Amino acid sequence: MKKAIIFGAAALALAITAPQAMATKAKKIKIGFVTTLSGGPGVIGKDMRNSVRIALDHLGNKMGGIPVEVIFEDDQVKPEVGKQKTEKLLHKDKVDIVSGFIWSHVVLASRNSVVKAGKFLIISNAGTSKIAGRLCHKNIFSTSWQNDQVPMAMGEVLNKRVVKSLYVIAPNYAAGRDMVAGVERTFKGKILGKDLTKWPTQLDFSAELAKARASKADGVFIFYPGRATNAFMRQYAQAGLTKTPLYSVFSVDSLSLPKLQQAKLTNVLGTFSTQFWAPDLNTPVNKRFVSDYRKKFGSYPSHYGAQSYDSIMLIDSAVRAVGGNLKNMDGMRAAFRKADYGSVRGKYVYGNNHFPIQDFFLREVVKDNNGKWTTKIVQKVYSKHQDVYASKCKMKKTW
Amino acid sequence: MIDPILLFEQLFNGVQYGILLFLLAAGLTLVFGIMDMMNLAHGSLYMMGAYIAATVTLASESFLLGIFVALPATLLIGVFLEVVVLRRLYDRGHLDQVLATFGMILFFNEFVRLIWGPAGIEVPLPNLLNQSVIVLGIPLPVYRIVVIGVGLLVAAFLYILVVKTRTGMLIRAGASNREMIGALGVDIKRVFTLVFGLGAALAALAGLMAGPIFAATIGMGENILIQVLVVIVIGGIGSIRGAFVGALLIGVIEILGRSFLDDFFKLFLPVNAAETAAPAVASMLIYILMAAVLFFRPQGLFPARSG
Repeated sequence: MKKAIIFGAAALALAITAPQAMATKAKKIKIGFVTTLSGGPGVIGKDMRNSVRIALDHLGNKMGGIPVEVIFEDDQVKPEVGKQKTEKLLHKDKVDIVSGFIWSHVVLASRNSVVKAGKFLIISNAGTSKIAGRLCHKNIFSTSWQNDQVPMAMGEVLNKRVVKSLYVIAPNYAAGRDMVAGVERTFKGKILGKDLTKWPTQLDFSAELAKARASKADGVFIFYPGRATNAFMRQYAQAGLTKTPLYSVFSVDSLSLPKLQQAKLTNVLGTFSTQFWAPDLNTPVNKRFVSDYRKKFGSYPSHYGAQSYDSIMLIDSAVRAVGGNLKNMDGMRAAFRKADYGSVRGKYVYGNNHFPIQDFFLREVVKDNNGKWTTKIVQKVYSKHQDVYASKCKMKKTW
Repeated sequence: MIDPILLFEQLFNGVQYGILLFLLAAGLTLVFGIMDMMNLAHGSLYMMGAYIAATVTLASESFLLGIFVALPATLLIGVFLEVVVLRRLYDRGHLDQVLATFGMILFFNEFVRLIWGPAGIEVPLPNLLNQSVIVLGIPLPVYRIVVIGVGLLVAAFLYILVVKTRTGMLIRAGASNREMIGALGVDIKRVFTLVFGLGAALAALAGLMAGPIFAATIGMGENILIQVLVVIVIGGIGSIRGAFVGALLIGVIEILGRSFLDDFFKLFLPVNAAETAAPAVASMLIYILMAAVLFFRPQGLFPARSG
C-alpha cells in the first residue's frame, strides 16, 4: 500500500517534471511584426510582409526545427497605435520577439513596452539617432542603418563628383531635418539654399523649385519618401530643371520607380541615390532573395523588404544557436551580436549600439533587360561605416 | 534685394495655385451659399475626378479623353449623391450635414482603396505639356500655363452663367428666397441638383488638372479642402467673385510666404532660427489672413447679396 503511494507520487512527480524538461525547446516561435499596412504608406508594409514570406519560404516555415508564426500589425504611421499594437502582441499574442517598424517616431513610442516585457526588438527599418545613441539597449538590434549614414554617404559622393554648390529641399519633420543635417555634415561645397516644406500635406513644390533654379546650384539634394517622391519628380521635370542633376536619399526606390515609369518621368533615369543595398547587390543570398521575390510578386523588392528578410534570418540564426530554447536570452543575444547569418548584404558586424557597421553604395536609376526601371550599384562610397551616434550609447563592445 | 525675375515667377506659381483653389471653391461656395448646405465631401469629388481621369488616360493613352470622361462621370456622381443623400439633409442643421458628409469622405476613401488600391495613380502627360517654355527669359511649365488658362475660362463662364442667363437668375433667386421662388412655380429642387452637379464637375476639373502635378492619391481632397474653406471665408460665402479673388490671394500669399519669408527673417534673426521659423510661419500666413478678415469684415471681402 505504502509502496503503491510512493510509486504513485514518483509517477506524479515525473509527470510534472517531464513537460518542464521538454519546455526548454519551444513548441512554436511567435514573432510580432509591426509595420504600416493601411493608407498610402501601406505599399511599404506590403513589401516588408512579402519579404518576410520569402524568408519564411526559404526557412521552410521553421527555425531550428520549430514552426514559426509571424503576426503582422498595422501601426497606421501613428505612434500611439504602434505602441498599442506592440502591447497587444506582447501580452495577448504572447510573442517571443518583436520586429518590424518603419517609422522612427513609432518605434520610439513602442520601444519601452518591448524592453519592459523583457523581449528582443529587431528593428527592420527605423534608424532613429536616439536608439542608436542614448536609448540603445542590450535587447534591441537593427538590421537597417542609422538615418544619417545615407545622406552622409551622399555628401561624400558630391565631394567626389566635384559638385561645388547644392540646393537642399526636404520635408520639415524629424527625419527630414536628420537627412539635411547628414548631408551638411559631409558635403564640403556651398549650400546655396535650403527649404523645409510642410509635411505631409504640401505636395506643391513650385515655389521651392523656382528658388532652386534661381540659385543656379550645381545640384539639388532631396529627401521625399512615399507619394511625395512622384509629385516632386514630376514638378522637377515640368519646371525645366532637368539639366540640374538630382541627388536623393530614401526617395527613388523599388516602390516609387514603377509609378515613376508609369508616369513616363524619364528625367528620373540616371539620377543618383545612396543606400546600403540595391536589388543588384552581388551576394548569393541577395540574388536568391531578389529572384524569388520577383518570381512570386512580379516586381523588385525594396530596401525595406531586404531589411525585413534579414530580420527574419537574424532571428533564425539566434534560435538555432540556442537550440530552440528561447528562454536563454543571453545565448540569443550573443548570437545576435555575431550577426552570423546569410544577410542580403553579405557579412557585417554589429557596433556597440547594435547597429550594423556596413558598406554604403552609390546607386543609379537604369532600365533593366526587360525595360523595367531599377537601381544599379555604381560604386562603393563607404566601407564598414559606423554611425556617429554609437559613441553616445553606453554599451561596450565585448564581442 | 528681391530678384524681380524670381518674384515674377513666384507670382505666376501663386496664381496657378490660386486657380486650382478657385475651381474647388467655386463649386463649394455655390452649394454653401445657395443651398445653405455644408458639404465636406466636396474634396471626395475632386479625388474621384482625378482617379477617373487618371484611369481613362492610362487605359487610352489620351489625356483629352480622360478629361471628357471624368467631367460628366463626376457630374453624374454629384447628381446621384444629391438625389440620394444630400436632399435629405437640407432641412437639418449644419452639424448633421457635417456628420453625414464626413461619413461620405470615409466612404469615398475606402471605395477608392478597394478599386484602385492604396498606392495612388500617376497620370502621364502628353510630352507637349510636360516641358517648360521660356517666357521673358524665365522657363515656365507649359502645364501650369494651361491650368491658368482653363481656370480663367471657367471663371468667365461662371460669371456669364450666373449674371447673364435665366438659369443664373434662378440660382440667384433660389439663394435669396427659397420658399418664394418655389411658390412662384419654379422647381427649386431641380435647380439645386443642377448646382450641385455643376459644383461636382468643377471639383472634377480641379482634380483632373491636379492629377498630373501631384498624382491621384487617397485623401488628396481633405488636404486641399482646408485651404478651400479659407478661400470661401475670405471671399464671402456664396460669392463666385469672392471665391476668385480669395483663391488668387491665398495662392499668391502661400507661394510668396514659402519663397521669401526665410530671406526676410534672415534680415533680423540668426540664420538657424530663420530657417526653422520661416516654414512654420509660412504655413500659418493664410490662417492669419483669414483671422484678420473675420475680425474686420466678417461677411468676407465680396459677400453675396443674398438673404
